[in-house]
Amino acid sequence: MEKVLELANVSKRFGSNEVLKNVSLDLHRHEVVCLIGASGSGKSTLLRCSNLLEKVDGGTISLFGQDLGDPRIDPSLVRRHIAMVFQSYNLFPHLNVLENILLGPVHSLKRKRADVLGEAMELLERIGLADRAKDFPDRLSGGQQQRVAIVRSLAMQPDILLLDEVTSALDPTLVGEVLDLLRDLAQQGTTMLIATHEMNFAKEVAHQVVYLDQGVLVERGTPEEMFSAPQHEATRQFLGRVL
Amino acid sequence: MARHLHERSLTEALVVASTQESSAPSFFAPRRKRLLVGRRGLVASLLSSVIILGALVAVFWLAPGGANVRYFFFNPHDMWASFVGDPQKGLSSVGQGLLTNIWMFLISELLVLFFGLVIAWTRMTQSPVLAPFRFLSALYTDIFRGIPILLVIFMVGFGLPALSLGVLSNQSPAVYGCMALTITYSAYVAEVFRAGIHSVPNGQIFAARSLGLSNAATMRRVILPQAVRTVIPPLLNDFISLQKDTALVSVLGAVEATRAAQIYGSTDFNFSGYVVAAGLFLLMTIPLTRFTDRLIERDRTRRLAGN
Repeated sequence: MEKVLELANVSKRFGSNEVLKNVSLDLHRHEVVCLIGASGSGKSTLLRCSNLLEKVDGGTISLFGQDLGDPRIDPSLVRRHIAMVFQSYNLFPHLNVLENILLGPVHSLKRKRADVLGEAMELLERIGLADRAKDFPDRLSGGQQQRVAIVRSLAMQPDILLLDEVTSALDPTLVGEVLDLLRDLAQQGTTMLIATHEMNFAKEVAHQVVYLDQGVLVERGTPEEMFSAPQHEATRQFLGRVL
Repeated sequence: MARHLHERSLTEALVVASTQESSAPSFFAPRRKRLLVGRRGLVASLLSSVIILGALVAVFWLAPGGANVRYFFFNPHDMWASFVGDPQKGLSSVGQGLLTNIWMFLISELLVLFFGLVIAWTRMTQSPVLAPFRFLSALYTDIFRGIPILLVIFMVGFGLPALSLGVLSNQSPAVYGCMALTITYSAYVAEVFRAGIHSVPNGQIFAARSLGLSNAATMRRVILPQAVRTVIPPLLNDFISLQKDTALVSVLGAVEATRAAQIYGSTDFNFSGYVVAAGLFLLMTIPLTRFTDRLIERDRTRRLAGN
């Protein structure tokens, strides 16, 4: 499979705090990679560096073979291909559900509104929220909001979907509906880089699981390798605590 | 020693608590606190209003100079005469003067909206090319929020004509007044806009950027529409004080309501025109004040409701 995203020896500091230390990672088309690790292990920062919300301090990130550290790179062109979903949904409160979804395609991809409208409604149909198209985000439950946020990224028809602990802010009863949607996406071959605390979900959908500890990529492998026979003591301890 | 005391009082408290355990607690307020509940509360509020307001009127009415004040400030005949004016006696109408105040603040408010936004936007841009403008707009807000508006009015009203700069030096006092008001209030309003823009959570900006929106589109489609809601109440507050401050332009000789009242007062030796002008200003500002308060209240309840 084609390599779409490649991190090579990436380092990132916030002041004197080193959040990523020499992290190298590949993502291929149709691959699902789950990042696991304690809070503060650098999962989110890794995602945010990948779509240029943060600048790296060392190493390179390449998207389709192009070095994102090159000053001639236009971040908004990059982000049209690599979408991101956040822990706190970040839907736009002043726009209704449909307008939230249309914003990217219309004002970023400059597509005609009439052309996107059908696709947007289809996406809403798919998550069973077509009848809420005219509602404002604050009328929806957390799970519904997060599913809309996922669909908002999908409307950009991105090559890669970055998901940053998208179920962590949700009421436990609402986590299932969001994970179901992600399972569907995985089955359809969506390329995803997922930071998550949901170990069973990672076990189920990931092709590769990556364990980060204090900014260091400790270990990676298939879910079977990682969950049944972790090689490193740190990984064993972490999995022992969360499973 | 201190620690020993602390421990003792704790055990004592436990002893007290355990001895009280048997009797159920009572939640009724003591009698003296029950007086003002229900209908009694309504009676009490009416009574206190009548007494306080009555006392204020009595002080005004019975003051040693009360009769003089009533004659010089609240004389119905002079109030009407100053309101309509008398061109033959060279008396300007306070009512007509107010029209000058109204067009001055309408024009100033439009200009202030425009320049305030430009200054706020300039100050927040990140382009290296705009660095000098960033510095200048910061300097501008610092300077004009710090100078009393009366001084700005004097400087513009007497300074610009002195420059002999063609059209710019050949305007009426009211026009110079508008310029001075615009200069000062743009500085205030720029800060209001900046605070509003900063009030939009970072997550909104990340989400907009992640959809590939440019900086300009992020500002226009995501930040500004949300900032407007926070900005409107403080903006209207500034507009209320701008409306009143049009009266200061009278120092340049612009014949607006205050100036007309002053002319009437110095001709007929009666100051009722001032009271008329004050009343007219109130008629103008009170609707806006009420409207602003309603908006603030609505926003507060909405926030309390959790969104």
